[in-house]
Amino acid sequence: MRQGKYPFVIGFLALPVLLYSVFVIAPYAQAFQLAMTSWRGVGTPKWVGFDNFRRLFEDEAFWKAVQHHGILLLALPLITIAIALYFAFMLNVGGGSRGGERVGVRGSGFYRVVFFFPQVLAVAIIAVLFQMVYRPNESGLINGVLMKLGLDPVFFLIRPNLALWSIIGVLVWQAVGFYVVLFSAGMASIPTEIYEAAEMDGASRVVLFFRVTLPLLWDTLQVAWVYLGIAAFDCFAIVAVLSVDSGGPDGATTVLAVEIYRNAFVYSRYGYASAMGVALFFLTITFAALTLRVSKRESVEY
Amino acid sequence: MGPEMTTKTDRPTPGPGTTRKLTAAAGKGRDRRIKSEVRLFSRLGHVALLAWAVIVIVPVLWTFLASFKNTTEIFSSPWTLPAELRWENWGRAWTEARVGRYFINSVLVVAGGVFGTMLLGSMAAYVLARYKFVGNRLIYYMFVSGLAFPVFLALVPLFFVVKNLGLLDTHIGLVLVYIAYSLPFTVFFLAAFFKTLPTSVAEAGMIDGCSHTRLFFQVMLPMAKPGLISVAIFNIIGQWSQYQLPLVLLPDKDKWVLTQGIAEISVNAGYQADWAGLFAALTMAILPMIIIYAIFQRQIQGGLTAGALK
Repeated sequence: MRQGKYPFVIGFLALPVLLYSVFVIAPYAQAFQLAMTSWRGVGTPKWVGFDNFRRLFEDEAFWKAVQHHGILLLALPLITIAIALYFAFMLNVGGGSRGGERVGVRGSGFYRVVFFFPQVLAVAIIAVLFQMVYRPNESGLINGVLMKLGLDPVFFLIRPNLALWSIIGVLVWQAVGFYVVLFSAGMASIPTEIYEAAEMDGASRVVLFFRVTLPLLWDTLQVAWVYLGIAAFDCFAIVAVLSVDSGGPDGATTVLAVEIYRNAFVYSRYGYASAMGVALFFLTITFAALTLRVSKRESVEY
Repeated sequence: MGPEMTTKTDRPTPGPGTTRKLTAAAGKGRDRRIKSEVRLFSRLGHVALLAWAVIVIVPVLWTFLASFKNTTEIFSSPWTLPAELRWENWGRAWTEARVGRYFINSVLVVAGGVFGTMLLGSMAAYVLARYKFVGNRLIYYMFVSGLAFPVFLALVPLFFVVKNLGLLDTHIGLVLVYIAYSLPFTVFFLAAFFKTLPTSVAEAGMIDGCSHTRLFFQVMLPMAKPGLISVAIFNIIGQWSQYQLPLVLLPDKDKWVLTQGIAEISVNAGYQADWAGLFAALTMAILPMIIIYAIFQRQIQGGLTAGALK
């Protein structure tokens, strides 16, 4: 067994480790360095210490983006998880028990397939799709109907206080199906006897949901929250493609990823963009650490 | 669990303690109540489910129909059917807007990216999962820690790394970057999978004089097939959907992948007022995914949720 082990191990690891070091580790390490410099892409980067961060804290676009991440961080998981939980419960438990087995409502299989579908589409494609859906005149899917009914068109992406919510709507549209499938898998592993015992005691469906399903699904919910939270810190493709002027109108939908891209590849402020990347990194890490701490509640054994 | 539940429920039947000894009459009354409740609940649920299904299907269906309309029809009413099947919209999108080109580029990049990811990822995962050597854990955590970092942190330096290697605007460069950024999840998932495989088969192979390399390719890989399929699907969907990396690493229009192309067409459609062409391009991007999803629906759901269920 020993013979020839090391050459084999090294041979198998060399290429993956090399690629990973060059394209992943090195750029991450350089990002922290670049964040301390002023660099327009030519010559050697000029060391400026924490100047970029000082500028960052006075940058209105940065704070707007952070604020939007805050909104996304609350709204996206809450709305998505609430809708997905309800649907997953309907699809798995909602139909009552038949022959000792929990069943969902009729057509469960069909709904699961349809709901999950947006997950296989690229976000950039979905963004273009919803540009058409949200169009502000008769050619838009929603406004076309509204105007036929004699109502005023809704300016989904143009009104500053509506634009971000229009984008959240699209994100929820895409995400719900994924979490329905995820929660379904979690619910399937809850023993039928628990439901039966509860029903025997006269528990209504609402009680079943809140007292049985929810506590036993806690771990899965936690995973969902972390996933959606991390998604809330990205949102590049959807904002860059769907919103007016990539993050507009007037910065009303901008997120850090869009600002990083704009600063680096439009304005060639590479050092400043890297500083934003570092800020984004610390926000993400803080979120992940906080979530794990707060949600570390004893999971129910069964 | 049972007794605890009863004290918490707010059902109208009296007193604790009697709950376990239900009389027949009370049982019947409760059954009726539950039945009517079930009916109301599932009716409401049905409406909600149906509404969501409509919300998911309608935008896609509407795009599909609009791809055959002309501009007048598109602006007149969203709900009328096209007067005729105008395939010329599709032709215009395929050639003039170059959807065909972008499509082929995407297929090439994803094919190379997923093949490389699976090959290198399974090799690394296998060695890390089943061989003891100095630095094993270090390398494993190096890969897995990549899951925690946002790609945007690396974006600027990555652009210059690729540029300095002379790989900017090349599909090879994008493929290598895709592989590198797909490794954390692939290694994480497959290492866990390889650990679950029985050691007896590997030992038997070793006794038969099988080399480490042959053992991997001819015995272990076939045994890991279910895990490999899940991760491959995960990577195909992930790399196919990429937008930010190609946007930065492929500035040249000829090299663009589908997501870049469609986003650009959407901008241009505004200038040229060719909405029908945009709808056709959009349909072309969506339709193959519908077909693939319809065929591999079970595997795709399994593959995409595999990571979260671990």
